[in-house]
Amino acid sequence: MSAADDALARTARAAAATVCDPEIPVLTIADLGVLREVSVRDGVVEVAITPTYSGCPAMDVIGLEVQTALARAGIAQARVRLVLSPAWTTDWMTDAGKEKLRAYGIAPPAGKASRRALFGEEQVTCPLCGSTRTERISEFGSTACKALWRCTACREPFDSFKCI
Amino acid sequence: MPTTSISPAATPLLTCVLRRADDALILGHRLSEWCGHAPMLEEDIALANIALDCVGQARSLYDYAAVVDGGGLTEDDFAYRREAGAFRNCLLVEQPNGDFAATIVRQVLFSAFIDPYFRALAASADATLAAVAAKAEKETAYHLRHSAEWLIRLGDGTQESRARAQAALDELWPYTGELFEVDDAEAAVIAAGIAPDPRGLAAAYDATLEAVLGQATLTRPAGAWMQTGGRLGRHSEHLGFILADLQYLQRAHPGATW
Repeated sequence: MSAADDALARTARAAAATVCDPEIPVLTIADLGVLREVSVRDGVVEVAITPTYSGCPAMDVIGLEVQTALARAGIAQARVRLVLSPAWTTDWMTDAGKEKLRAYGIAPPAGKASRRALFGEEQVTCPLCGSTRTERISEFGSTACKALWRCTACREPFDSFKCI
Repeated sequence: MPTTSISPAATPLLTCVLRRADDALILGHRLSEWCGHAPMLEEDIALANIALDCVGQARSLYDYAAVVDGGGLTEDDFAYRREAGAFRNCLLVEQPNGDFAATIVRQVLFSAFIDPYFRALAASADATLAAVAAKAEKETAYHLRHSAEWLIRLGDGTQESRARAQAALDELWPYTGELFEVDDAEAAVIAAGIAPDPRGLAAAYDATLEAVLGQATLTRPAGAWMQTGGRLGRHSEHLGFILADLQYLQRAHPGATW
């Protein structure tokens, strides 16, 4: 890439990185690891994003928001590309992102993603009181990426980000 | 989008892609029928989430089917413009939801197969299929866990829940043979390293079911006779009703968008 392209890519990346997840507005797509790559080819910006889940309904909105953020930064011509490989994993979530999630009341993904046994146990810390005395209510929560848990110490139900 | 139905030329690769895509779409549609009707709120959300994963997998696969076909079709053409005879899903996924036990049994029987299948497909020589499968297998692992936990609760639950779970298992068991069928089209993609041989996954399937059914105190049906036909487009009458619902809008208002 030329120096001009390089500068354009940096501006574009900074703009795209401000886009928030529409379902979890405290996280940017950079925090989530959904923003994969920003490149410039023949003067045209190309932004690659990856879905957290195959059917994630937020992808269309995220794509649109990226185009809008780039337009606001003065980049009128941009392509948004959806990439599936490598498959998104919670390991890509930044530490800052995990802390934002916890402060928002969602338990961040616990530990490293790895294939668990069919009924593998997991330990989730309550994002509200910090207790580890928690139990799963349902494998699925309000969005594809979360499960529903409850804290038996403070009695509050909470969402937990699934570790995949 | 034109009104006429399409029947794309069936190369082995396109056939293989459509079989996986149609399984995901039809199962996703069936599960979506529970939305607003599940026995409890958490399950309503869970089944809708699984449906969403399935439809998402179907979209990625239909997208690729359009590329393989090369005739300028889109994912929507494959979902909305084929008649029942052109669908290549297995008969298991089109079976009615029945009661909650039947839905859970159908899910266990399918997930216990598709989860290791996608894991194997993630090593495909075909980069697109490998990418779709690597994504999907993380989801199917959850689907299997969710439905297996429920089956154990139902089977090892009350007399009523146990009887319903066993009845559903007896009813749906003959549809599992189709999951492992290999015809000429399938053999061609297996030979090319594009798809795994499902027969190689049979032992793992049996082991998963043995573990789950054992904990659920349910009896695996003894009958060896297996139903067949879906992979060649010979479906039960249920699929026509599903498509009437699924395709209604695009058939009545071709090309409608919103």
